[in-house]
Amino acid sequence: MALLQISEPGMSTDPHEHRLAVGIDLGTTNSLVATVRNGVAETLPDSEGRHILPSVVHYTREGVDVGHEAKRRAALDPLNTIASVKRLMGRGVNDLKTLDGHVPYEFVEGEGGVPRIRTVAGDVTPVEVSAEILRALRARAEDSLGGELTGAVVTVPAYFDDAQRQATKDAATLAGLNVFRLLNEPTAAAIAYGLDKGQEGVIAVYDLGGGTFDISILRLSRGVFQVLSTGGDSALGGDDFDRAIAEWIMQEAGMGGESDHGRMRQLMMDACAAKEALTDSDEAELRIRMSGEKVWNGCMTCEQMNCLIDPLINKTLAACRRALRDAGVKADEVMEVIMVGGSTRVPRVRDRVAEFFGREPHVDIDPDRVVAVGAALQADVLAGNKPDDEMLLLDVIPLSLGIETMGGLVEHIIPRNTTIPVARAQEFTTFKDGQTAMSLHVVQGERDVVDHNRSLARFTLREIPPMVAGAARIQVTFQVDADGLLNVTAVEQTSGARAGVEVKPSYGLTDVEIETMLRDSMSHAREDMEARRLREQQVEADRVIEALDSALEADGDTLLDPAEREVIDQARGQLVAARQDGDHEAIRQAIRTVEKASEGFVARRMDSSIRKAMAGHRVEEFQ
Amino acid sequence: MNLDFSQNHFELMGLPVSFRLDRAALDSAYRELQGRLHPDRFAQTGDQERRLAVQGSAWINEAYSTLKDDTRRARYLLMLQGVEFDDERDTASDPEFLMEQMELREALEEAADTPDPLARIEMLSADIDARSSALTRAFETAFTSGRLDEAKALVIKMRFYDKLRDEALRTAERLEDDLV
Repeated sequence: MALLQISEPGMSTDPHEHRLAVGIDLGTTNSLVATVRNGVAETLPDSEGRHILPSVVHYTREGVDVGHEAKRRAALDPLNTIASVKRLMGRGVNDLKTLDGHVPYEFVEGEGGVPRIRTVAGDVTPVEVSAEILRALRARAEDSLGGELTGAVVTVPAYFDDAQRQATKDAATLAGLNVFRLLNEPTAAAIAYGLDKGQEGVIAVYDLGGGTFDISILRLSRGVFQVLSTGGDSALGGDDFDRAIAEWIMQEAGMGGESDHGRMRQLMMDACAAKEALTDSDEAELRIRMSGEKVWNGCMTCEQMNCLIDPLINKTLAACRRALRDAGVKADEVMEVIMVGGSTRVPRVRDRVAEFFGREPHVDIDPDRVVAVGAALQADVLAGNKPDDEMLLLDVIPLSLGIETMGGLVEHIIPRNTTIPVARAQEFTTFKDGQTAMSLHVVQGERDVVDHNRSLARFTLREIPPMVAGAARIQVTFQVDADGLLNVTAVEQTSGARAGVEVKPSYGLTDVEIETMLRDSMSHAREDMEARRLREQQVEADRVIEALDSALEADGDTLLDPAEREVIDQARGQLVAARQDGDHEAIRQAIRTVEKASEGFVARRMDSSIRKAMAGHRVEEFQ
Repeated sequence: MNLDFSQNHFELMGLPVSFRLDRAALDSAYRELQGRLHPDRFAQTGDQERRLAVQGSAWINEAYSTLKDDTRRARYLLMLQGVEFDDERDTASDPEFLMEQMELREALEEAADTPDPLARIEMLSADIDARSSALTRAFETAFTSGRLDEAKALVIKMRFYDKLRDEALRTAERLEDDLV
């Protein structure tokens, strides 16, 4: 911790120290890691010079392969090769039924409804699979940067709901990454693009990846990236193009509903190859291996493919229309359209998007790398490497958050496209005389009926004093942080009975599970846990002491009376002593004590900074 | 810990307490406040500061979204004047107005069956906007002349139009979804 460094926000404690920070694009099909070196953001290659890491994990009895090697195994060993795991993130067993036939894995239901994928190496959760990919990227970054990472910005589709975001964050934590921030992919692209071109005005980012589609409308103005609205479909992407083509091939070739996973996977690859071939030619030859030794030869024209994918493109354009409406912006007010994601290479997609916005979209940036590059730029700022940087992101939540009320209806508490962070409260009451408990069901989505929305969490408020129906006043507060993650609390106003939940238990892992896994993975790496923890706490202690000192120097005399100062000084002394002793738990507690002792001081500094900020305004406006 | 922000939203943004809004000044004040207090400015600090920053930033967002919306700003101004609202009980009682509301609502419902439903909805939305701006102007006059009861009645009517506008959006969205 550090006390608010208001005069110089984000300044690192040592201005000469460059903190290693990365941006990670954790994609459905491919993933990348990027960093800012010597002022330039660049993606990092592996030892063989490849920048892209296929998001594929192959489990064997001996161990785990990630990336190119795993991808080669996909056709040979489909059941143990997990691809497109991003589609499964934050999904419950019931959600997966809708993906039936789309993924070849065997699922088993784990504790708390978390689906697990059966492999020869044991059952794994989507979070664990993603963590393998992140671990590989982390290792790549630490190898090429030559040091431990301070933190990372991990991108997620803007349209990811709370459960999907939480699952992503869990995966990063499991991979040993300190997550500075989850960043929406289109916003990342806008940063990479906007900072590069110095553009001002309204821009649209059309992001069609392998498995997700996002549209975001942003306003750029003097370094502030304000997301006006966002929309999309977290289960629509280039993979669906491939699937539509594969189904066409099956029909043309007269293939039945053969359920051979290996052949299905091969067919999807053939479909993908045909799609890519049609990027710059009018026809694609097809040569499909059938059952036995038979081979089917055929041909697909551009026109035929366009007919197959048009319905999918229409879906994306409907989302664009909605996003424009939510932003209160007309299509012709959009100054630039940025295309992101590998699937925007399909000429038909570009044509239809150009037609929709009435302008040619920007395709001159590498659609595969732009997200990782934007994330790296943001990570660099958050790491404190650019103290003078004025860049600021104001993002929104993609889907409305609400609570179930009587009759299975939803009362929306925070509407979609509300700027985050946000806190909103609403009062509810009891409906029975003498009711002493109330169960709360938190949902996310746009529909009025609970069943059509995503269920995020259920919790119960107890110890409501018995009253007549309608007399209790239960205030439910939703708080969404800058990552788009939700926290809910409920308080009965007359008695103060309180219940709360950090919304994640449905599909993510519990903190205990994550900690256990972390410990396991660390002991794997033969890391000395104790020493590591001690080091971490010592670094933290140094940071706290340094920040406290500078805060005291700046405002200690004006904001504290001698008695308050005495309490803080004493806590500081204990922390200095604990840091010398070398017991990480003792240091942690001493940090807590300092935090507790300086709570009031911190609040006053925050207050006085707001006043200063306002004072600045008054001067500007009234003189 | 709760931050005790004693300023009202207008003061927070350095704006005069009035219905007439200098939108450019609001936007720039908002950006400057967020620039200082957004949690991203505290990424390298401890949990305690970050939590405070989340609260501070959420507060600024709340002030901004309240002020930039005509109906919410109007209601907020009245509440600053001590006027109380009770969402369950407060409702418009002017029969002519209620009749007009019903007609507009029906027109929206029937729009789906017209030859070009989206164009029809756009037309209705323009109509709703025009009527709502007239109310907004009436509110400003009533409020600045200190006729608070009248102003409150107007705010309640403004909310009817906001709901209609939402309804028009939802109807358009449903129609578009059906087309896909």
